[in-house]
Amino acid sequence: MGRRLSAFNLVSLALGLAFLYLPILILVIYSFNDSRLVTVWGGFSTRWYVQLAEDHALQEAALTSLGIAVASATLATVLGTLAALALTRLGRFRGRLPFSAMIYAPLVMPEVITGLSLLLLFVAVELDRGFLTVTIAHTTLTMCFVAVVVQSRLGSFDSSLEEAAQDLGCPPLKTFLTVTLPVIAPAIVAGFLLAFSLSLDDVVLASFTTGPGATTLPIRIYSDVRLGVKPEINAVCTIFIAVIAVVVILASLVTRLGERHGAAG
Amino acid sequence: MTEKSPALPHASPTASPDPSPRRSAGELLIVALPYLWLIAFFVVPFLIVAKISLSQTAIAQPPYTPVLDLAAGLDGLAAFVRELSTSTYALLASDDLYWLSYLKSLRVAVVSTAILLVIGVPIAHAMARAPARLQPLLVMLVMLPFWTAFLIRIYAWMTILQRDGLLNGLLHTLGLIDQPITWLATDTAVHIGIVYSYLPFMVLPLYASFQKLDESLIEAAADLGCPRWKAFWLVMLPQVVPGIAAGSLLCLIPITGEFVIPDLLGGSDTMMIGQTLWSEFFANKDWPVASAIAVVLLVLLVGPIAAYEALQSRAMDGRR
Repeated sequence: MGRRLSAFNLVSLALGLAFLYLPILILVIYSFNDSRLVTVWGGFSTRWYVQLAEDHALQEAALTSLGIAVASATLATVLGTLAALALTRLGRFRGRLPFSAMIYAPLVMPEVITGLSLLLLFVAVELDRGFLTVTIAHTTLTMCFVAVVVQSRLGSFDSSLEEAAQDLGCPPLKTFLTVTLPVIAPAIVAGFLLAFSLSLDDVVLASFTTGPGATTLPIRIYSDVRLGVKPEINAVCTIFIAVIAVVVILASLVTRLGERHGAAG
Repeated sequence: MTEKSPALPHASPTASPDPSPRRSAGELLIVALPYLWLIAFFVVPFLIVAKISLSQTAIAQPPYTPVLDLAAGLDGLAAFVRELSTSTYALLASDDLYWLSYLKSLRVAVVSTAILLVIGVPIAHAMARAPARLQPLLVMLVMLPFWTAFLIRIYAWMTILQRDGLLNGLLHTLGLIDQPITWLATDTAVHIGIVYSYLPFMVLPLYASFQKLDESLIEAAADLGCPRWKAFWLVMLPQVVPGIAAGSLLCLIPITGEFVIPDLLGGSDTMMIGQTLWSEFFANKDWPVASAIAVVLLVLLVGPIAAYEALQSRAMDGRR
């Protein structure tokens, strides 16, 4: 580690990061373009943002998305943390193998399959589609991401501390709250934010499981984008990117702080 | 549910061998909540898909027949089973549309994964060799685009690749082309979009492998007169096979069922299977055929998914 980077290494890094960031940068720049044509630079303008402020349907979709993201990320954080605890702290229990299989499968399962199957379930039990069903769909997907994030933190944390507390007569719940929780808190926060942004981003699951009156922002953007490139969408996307970037930077700061704290204590 | 392994490494002599009843109840709850949730919303839905794939399309609500009538008791069940048919699967097998769609998905997934490996290995290797204090920053820089909405990133490429878009503008300015090239609505655009979207999924597992690598082995090989590229190939690559496998599976499996990227960037000639499923469901309202497509796709992917799960469990258990 920390060897001198070869020229080839530097070029790979530079090209890799340029490939990842240039398209996003271009999109942000053109959201401030006065011209309707993408290739023509018509001068700096914020008129697409002004136009957004008047688009009430879009704002409603954004609010719906935020509501679903908060609700599903909260549920997913609770369920995912419990799942991570079950996988790392309960040793072997009957049904552990199918349990871990169910945790890892949704991470790679094509979303069209998950979306279709959830919709057919909701139809079978005659549950009206809308806010609730999209929230359930997002919770099911994102709890698995939370479980993996929290699990890897729990895995690197020595369980002898918890055992010591319990040997000294500390009840399990209190041990969890006073010993385990402070250590895994950064991973739980990171898991929540990951679940939140995945929910805010999802088109496929939401398209299958949504109903009247619960159009999410990605569904709305998607139906606009299918018709072609429009500067208003660049403006929506730029706001979206700004929100997510702030959230991610906060998350990484929290994680970093937590790790430093954990290492010091 | 709460059998403990008999020899816990840290178990102290004072710890009671049997967990107290209260602890068992708590442990049961920890397992039961996520377990039941996943059974209800992940496993049961698949069973329903399998069931409906054996039904026939009907103009009704819900748009398939037979419908299982539990109120009719055993007679209802018997009538239901009699009416099940494999006609949807016969249709899938007989119509070229579906075969070509599956083949195209597999081809796009394999080609994209290969491109991702070729691009991902040098990036991950460079990240792992960077100064240690820079590495968390580099990891975050690679992660960040993954967090900024996937849909937005595909949209960004539409701006670049459209006929009067930036790529053609750039190529024209450089004097490389006279006529604009059609990028959008081609397979090239689909591959670009997929490689762009999935790059973090390839780079991060590779980086984790490269980071654990013992580079002194390469130097030893170099000292013994082995050319550097050969040392990379013979000494280094075998050590990062788990990362290569994890990254490849993490990309290959979801790409096979990808819908949004080919829908926005691809042409209308041959659809990927995710698009075919989507249009059977949303445009043709043929729920049984859409379900059968999903079942066959799942059967195709069950091997790779099992391999991915085995790798993932081993990685997680190895950390403890």
